[in-house]
Amino acid sequence: MLNNSTQAELTIIHQDSNSYELQCSGSWHHDTIQDVKKRVDELEKKDISNLLFNFANASSFDSAGMMLIVNSINSAVAKGTAVTFINMQPLHQRMLIFYRKNWVDPSFHTPKSSPGFFEKLGKEFIDSLLHFNAFLSFIGQSTWHLLLLFRYPSRFRFDALTKHLHSSGLQAVPIITVTSFLVGLVVAYQGAMQLQKFGANIFVVEMVAISMFRELAPMITAIVVAGRNASAYAAQIGTMKMTEEIDAMRTLGFHPFDFLVLPRMIALMIAMPLIVFLADMVGIFGGMVVANLQLDLSFMEFIQRMHSEVELKNLIIGLIKAPLFGLLIAAIGSFRGFEVTGSTDSIGIQTTKSVVNAIFWVIALNAAISVMLTEMGI
Amino acid sequence: MTEFINIKNLVTKFDENIIHDGLNFSIRQGEIFGLLGGSGAGKSTLLRQMIMLEKFSQGDVHILGTPLKKISLKNAHSLRLQWGVLFQFGALFSSLSVLENVIVPLKEYTKLDTKQMHAIAKAKLRMVGLPEKVVNLYPSELSGGMKKRVALARALVMDPKLLFLDEPTSGLDPASARSFDRLIVELKHMFGLTIVIVTHDLDTIRNALDRFIILHNKKILIEGTMEDVKEMKHPAIERFFASH
Repeated sequence: MLNNSTQAELTIIHQDSNSYELQCSGSWHHDTIQDVKKRVDELEKKDISNLLFNFANASSFDSAGMMLIVNSINSAVAKGTAVTFINMQPLHQRMLIFYRKNWVDPSFHTPKSSPGFFEKLGKEFIDSLLHFNAFLSFIGQSTWHLLLLFRYPSRFRFDALTKHLHSSGLQAVPIITVTSFLVGLVVAYQGAMQLQKFGANIFVVEMVAISMFRELAPMITAIVVAGRNASAYAAQIGTMKMTEEIDAMRTLGFHPFDFLVLPRMIALMIAMPLIVFLADMVGIFGGMVVANLQLDLSFMEFIQRMHSEVELKNLIIGLIKAPLFGLLIAAIGSFRGFEVTGSTDSIGIQTTKSVVNAIFWVIALNAAISVMLTEMGI
Repeated sequence: MTEFINIKNLVTKFDENIIHDGLNFSIRQGEIFGLLGGSGAGKSTLLRQMIMLEKFSQGDVHILGTPLKKISLKNAHSLRLQWGVLFQFGALFSSLSVLENVIVPLKEYTKLDTKQMHAIAKAKLRMVGLPEKVVNLYPSELSGGMKKRVALARALVMDPKLLFLDEPTSGLDPASARSFDRLIVELKHMFGLTIVIVTHDLDTIRNALDRFIILHNKKILIEGTMEDVKEMKHPAIERFFASH
């Protein structure tokens, strides 16, 4: 508070064996009572049978100041001390009565105990099982609604699909172009240094092309798209859930899966192969640039070598993985959006989780596919 | 009586859309003052201008003697410490528990120890009619009415001179709303608080307000008490009081 208040004071003006007369003076505000607080604590330790507060010189109180008086009165009364006060202004008297009425013993405050290690571990484990279960049921519901679409094609939200194709596909083009160009460039550059040692310059073509087509382009694209779109989906759906928009849709008879989830899933499944193909081309171009500058391999030689040595299946494998990644990212992003609860915190938490989960599962799925295909000899 | 808030020729424009066209009124120390008017009349905007959340286009606003126009950062800060604000939906910090929400200003602006802060916060929570067991709950676990009470406790924790309430009884059940009215009046008598309320609640208007203004058509239709209004015959006023 702003005031030119004087320091609060508490003096013993009269002491007769166990009877004390205390004088309170000055203004008792949160910024003036530090010294008085110590005196009160000292007095509380003493054995006092009669306590008299004289407020003749007290000018003003705020909550903190009045609380201090109330605290000392209450603890004195609890010890069986007789407490009286004199010369109190009516306003202060009302405040005193009010605060005594509303006094809560602060020592009873028991903060929520934090759980132990095993309790936390168990809770986390059960939580993740429950979440996995919920995710499977989410996937099930999405599939069911997708199947229903074949029965009732008119339910499909074509507008929403084009909107998401634009925002998730077309608008991702610049960032994907730059990233995959740089990745192609780096792979070729690092490879070229090693290959030069063996005089095996020409193999840079297979290295760049196969790694880009089969693994890197789909992965890089999926990771960027997961970062862009999983978070966007989670935040969009989460906010709609918080503002009860989703409930409103339900009561109007629009199913949120038809309106929110399926358009996003289908949009990403269409957009991902297209963006991956773009990433393939740009990545290869990055490799060609390095091959040209570093290894004196002309663009034509690069393309001829690629044509004769790199099988088409590598490109196709990458393009087949793309819609799977897209589906996964859209599903995780939307699912996390639906997991949002009442608080503003949970939007942040779920958005973060959507990105982390989407990237993790994209990498895990990619690893599984990679092992599977290699074992199958493809 | 000293004037705590003084507003002269206040004009508010959003682009070309005029919200207030020359408002003049003042609020005295120790009164409960209502800002009334139909939806979209600019009550909340007016309140937000008083607490420096929104700017006005022309005119002068003095709060506690300080002009808000071209106010320095230091003055703005010291003004903010002298008032408490209750937002319509409470605006509690959702990552903090009830007790932490109320303690926030004390922690930031006082040197009290934890025990003292807890005692003050708990007294304020009890004062607004909340049971002890809610202190460790989080805002998402509270009902709308409880959120408002916690927010009121937070607004009161620094012993403000001025209290701004934005629709304090909207969304409360009638019994809670009436006890809220009583609480406001009690606070006024107890601490000599000056309270500015935006409200639609006719019972609050009757039971709690000392004076009020009714905003209509960008202007102040009337400034006065319930008695003054009864004598006035104006279709807008009749509609305002009949619709409740």
